[in-house]
Amino acid sequence: MKETRIIMGMPITVEIVDSSAKEKDLDDVFSYFQNVESKFSKYKETSEVSKINNGEISESEYSEDMKIVLELSEETKNLTNGYFNIVTPDGKIDPSGLVKGWAIYEASNLLKEKGFNDFYIEAGGDIQTHGTNNEGEKWRVGIRNPFELEEIVKVVYLDEEGIATSGTYLRGQHVYDPFREKPITEIVSLTVVGPNVYEADRFATAAFAMRENGIQFIEKLDGFEGYSIDQNGIATMTSGFEKYTNK
Amino acid sequence: MKKSILSATVILTFVIYVVATLTKSTVIAPVGDKTPPVQSTPSQSAAYKDGTYTGDSIDVYYGNVQVQVDVQNGKFSDVTVLDHPKDRDTSVSIYEYAAPKLKSEAIAAQSAQIDAVSGATATSGGFIKSLASALAKAKN
Repeated sequence: MKETRIIMGMPITVEIVDSSAKEKDLDDVFSYFQNVESKFSKYKETSEVSKINNGEISESEYSEDMKIVLELSEETKNLTNGYFNIVTPDGKIDPSGLVKGWAIYEASNLLKEKGFNDFYIEAGGDIQTHGTNNEGEKWRVGIRNPFELEEIVKVVYLDEEGIATSGTYLRGQHVYDPFREKPITEIVSLTVVGPNVYEADRFATAAFAMRENGIQFIEKLDGFEGYSIDQNGIATMTSGFEKYTNK
Repeated sequence: MKKSILSATVILTFVIYVVATLTKSTVIAPVGDKTPPVQSTPSQSAAYKDGTYTGDSIDVYYGNVQVQVDVQNGKFSDVTVLDHPKDRDTSVSIYEYAAPKLKSEAIAAQSAQIDAVSGATATSGGFIKSLASALAKAKN
């Protein structure tokens, strides 16, 4: 069964192939995302993130999830030479760049704990797959053409993997380069495939901020492959990327 | 850059099946920094009228993005992108990659069957803005 709802300001899709799946299982996944939104949304005055940014709660009062996310953010900042940074220019924290991938990953663990094997969860273009699709084959994930949104330009075949794409080809970009004010225009889309969506997402975000050097950063990361598309429609892929393009 | 490489095969990959239970649909809040948050107020009964609603066409870097929402029985049945960036600045120079050992290729549309799509579109400011304006029109 498959369903899409809009939570955290984006379409979230869950598909479970296992025949034992019930509506309640989908509900549980969506409830989890709503719970994450209520903690981490910077647009909700009552969220924990807002309370932290307004100085309303102290560190000792942080929830376990908040502590984990802040820890992972710090770790990611160090792993990416500072390119991944949840501290905004005005000194507030905005962990949304980490929370999406982390939440998808946690939600997929929820389905694993329920005993499901064949499913995927997609939120805002980032995906965790597990097992096989409803034809018993690897999950087929298309990479969207950043210039023609109805098109896909590449298909990767995944079993238990995560895939995330970062991009600023539309105005209103959500990735910025912490070291230069100049907008990112060299590349328009950077996709990372890795062992899980949480890691794929954080490295895609950081690599995108590195502009044309981002794909080299992914090349050096063990266990991760990448596919970047520049403003002229030329794609560059890491040396192991093509193992995912075979069925 | 030749447009021909973005060949004509049109795959309607952006038909998202939004079977959202309206009481559960929540804040349409952008992930981007530059778009103001728009709220779709949760309510008990059907918050949306049946019909097709077209959001504003939002000017984005490479063109426009416009989202269409279909509502059936008070629930979302479809979210579709109508308008999208088409033109690119052809005057920019081809970028030289620092490490030429990585394989490069010109992107081209694929027609393979797929289960899901990875892309940054759904969290972009233009998409969210247009979606929010379509939802506002659909409201009871």
